[in-house]
Amino acid sequence: MADVAVQHTMTASEFEPSLFGTYSKKIGMWLFLLSDSLTFGALLFAYTYGRVSTPNWPTPFHSESIRNATLMTAFLLTSSLTMVLAVRAAVFGDAKKQRLWLLATMACGIGFVILHGREWSNLIAEGLTLPVFPVVPHHTPNPEFANVAKDVPQFAATFFGLTGMHMLHVTLGVIYLGIIALRRMFIPILLGFWLVAWLATPDYSPFHYGAHVLLLAAIVAGIILWFKPKVYDAADVEVAGLYWHFVDLVWMFIFPLVYLMSTKIV
Amino acid sequence: MDATQVALAERVAEQHRHHSKAQFFYVWIALLILTGIEVYLGYQNMEPVRMLSILMGLSILKAGLIIAYFMHMKFEVSRMKWLTMSSLVVCLSLMLIFLPDAYRLLHLGVGAR
Repeated sequence: MADVAVQHTMTASEFEPSLFGTYSKKIGMWLFLLSDSLTFGALLFAYTYGRVSTPNWPTPFHSESIRNATLMTAFLLTSSLTMVLAVRAAVFGDAKKQRLWLLATMACGIGFVILHGREWSNLIAEGLTLPVFPVVPHHTPNPEFANVAKDVPQFAATFFGLTGMHMLHVTLGVIYLGIIALRRMFIPILLGFWLVAWLATPDYSPFHYGAHVLLLAAIVAGIILWFKPKVYDAADVEVAGLYWHFVDLVWMFIFPLVYLMSTKIV
Repeated sequence: MDATQVALAERVAEQHRHHSKAQFFYVWIALLILTGIEVYLGYQNMEPVRMLSILMGLSILKAGLIIAYFMHMKFEVSRMKWLTMSSLVVCLSLMLIFLPDAYRLLHLGVGAR
């Protein structure tokens, strides 16, 4: 019986070409984004279901909320522009500009999270809250918001569920970009943000209890960077950009559905 | 990355180098204008179903611009475009099956048989 030896003599150029005509990391990110789209799709459909099936759907958002949400949208749209400029700088090998545009993108993302967190704080203080949130001491709730939470509890549940999930994605996106831009240098900065958000805010503030996401992310990022330190190339910047644009894209549906469809301008 | 991945990444980077910076600014301005139109509609106190239809149309247009230009999908090979986008649209469309039930609740109430 003749022995048959399998020869592995193919060179890199002889591999079967990629089905999608691009590199694996990018395909992996697209697959993740497709699955994440379904998560947000389910949340948006749950919100729409509640909106359609509830005759007296509350309209608690007035001009001030819409102005705030419009500014948040402008922050995210601008961050997408700075992100593509970062990718452009990366493919041209301009490391300085790449870092600058990534930091600009992060600044827009942080602006978005701060505006959103402030809005959450105000809504919770006014009485539009969930049982899981701490009560704001020495503050009389606004009856309009308190009644919404009492009469149509699915409003607060879907609002905080949907916007909270999105805010988590934006926060993780800022951390992701921070690691791509600054690598290990970003870990102490992240821990600094965690300490400030935790210690400088009252214990009923969403920033106070939400800050622990930063600590968790710092630990995970520290482990990854410890075991696999690397200089991130243009492909990594592009893949991070895909994630960031996705976060922007999801907001393009949350903004009209959650804010503009629950608005009564008087 | 192995040599094949490096070659693919370099090809993608080469595509990116051919995009003009102005194109991204035009897309950004278009997205801001579409957002402005949405906010204007929010101030019109329109009938909800009509408002929802218009807003969703504008949002799909904005999502299309982001996916095509910012996420580079317009410049990917057609297999990538069709497989990813059609699977996404089909899966999200399946969720529409819940909406008739929401209308049932609205018109018949939860106790209806």
